[in-house]
Amino acid sequence: MEILLIIIAVIFILIIILYNRLIQLKIRCNNALAGIDNQLKRRTDLIPNLVEVTKGYAKHEAETLVNIVNQRSHSLSEKAKQNEEISKNVKSLLALAESYPDLKADKIFANLQIELTGTEDKIAYARQFYNDSVQYFNTAIMVFPNNILAKILKFEEREYFKVSDEDKENVSIKL
Amino acid sequence: MILRDVKKNKQKTFLIVSLFFLFITLFIYFLSVLIFDNVAFAVIIGLTVSILISYNTYYYSDQIVLKLNKARVATKEEFAQLNHILEGLCIAANVPVPKLYVMDDSALNAFATGRNPENAVICITTGLLERLDKNELEGVIAHELSHIRNYDILLQTIVIVMVGFVVIISDAVSRGMFRGSRDDDNKVSGIIAIIGIIFLILSPIFAELMKLAISRNREYLADASAIELTRNKDGLINALKKLTHDSEELEQANKSSSSLFIVNPLVKERKKKNSLWSTHPTLDNRIERLQNIN
Repeated sequence: MEILLIIIAVIFILIIILYNRLIQLKIRCNNALAGIDNQLKRRTDLIPNLVEVTKGYAKHEAETLVNIVNQRSHSLSEKAKQNEEISKNVKSLLALAESYPDLKADKIFANLQIELTGTEDKIAYARQFYNDSVQYFNTAIMVFPNNILAKILKFEEREYFKVSDEDKENVSIKL
Repeated sequence: MILRDVKKNKQKTFLIVSLFFLFITLFIYFLSVLIFDNVAFAVIIGLTVSILISYNTYYYSDQIVLKLNKARVATKEEFAQLNHILEGLCIAANVPVPKLYVMDDSALNAFATGRNPENAVICITTGLLERLDKNELEGVIAHELSHIRNYDILLQTIVIVMVGFVVIISDAVSRGMFRGSRDDDNKVSGIIAIIGIIFLILSPIFAELMKLAISRNREYLADASAIELTRNKDGLINALKKLTHDSEELEQANKSSSSLFIVNPLVKERKKKNSLWSTHPTLDNRIERLQNIN
């Protein structure tokens, strides 16, 4: 009888430890996603300035960028796709400075360049952290015995923040 | 693996702080017995002073190290790109952003200090900013960030400040021991002699502690974790090459804090082969290990 009680107690404690671990991983995924959103918002705030400064040089490109930014994205994969397109356009607008010395000398533009390049990098890093966290979480809910607990708690696999398979190469853990 | 290392680093730090505390207490105790000729009074003074000194060195060791190296704050206005790089890497590593300092020196070097990730500092030379490209800078900063995450900084900084302090005192006392030997007061010179002998016994122990703290494996581990963050081997490899082959010596370089830096600030020491006493692994070994990571 006593042995049975001890076994039940041990199992109970193990379940609590497992549960806490899974919840921690889940919270980390959520925080990581919020981290991406923070950086995306920062970039969205900077873009109107970039459009303002560059539209005299590349009107069409600037308008395209505004259009993409204004599109609504619903799923995570749509968001990732939109992000990629914005990045591409921002980078090409920033590269304008190479062909326009006036623009290169513009102090506002130079500042924007530093800020936006920094923000682009941070988006990439935030994405890296999110995808790593998702990878941990997805692995954690798939291995035994976590998968039983995960099924009871209705934990589902999380979606990665990435667009193509080529993208996957960049973010896989190299260690 | 890293979690185990963190625990080990904390244990070593505790050991060193305790020994330091004991050492200072004994020292002040003997000194007060000498001056006031009252044992009870000496015990109280000994404990108070050593609590104060230990507390201060624990909490301000990072500031002491920064002062030693004449560093100043790298503001967002002046060093925008550098701040962006650091913030980005902190997002990837999921750690609070450490304070950023620069040393106005054309040598190429960097170090991290502090007692935990919440109170950490990364310091780099302005030479590094001028001569490294962005990928290389990322590699160097990621390396320093890894030292912070692994709690290497706590151990190294504490060791440098506390052991440095003991070395200074023991130096002063052992000089006083020989000078004071012709003193008329036999009792005074007797006690100074005892203190001197204690220091002589303790010095090798502290040297041993220094060695135990400054393990070269920490550098390999930090290199590897840096690449986990940047996902770019070449940045760090090229940076390490540039840093090691540069012949300019850091002006504030001194032996006591050399283990803190990413490459040995003493140019002569860099060319030596790995030995029991070297604080950093050789460049070839570091690059070889980096290249083996896949």
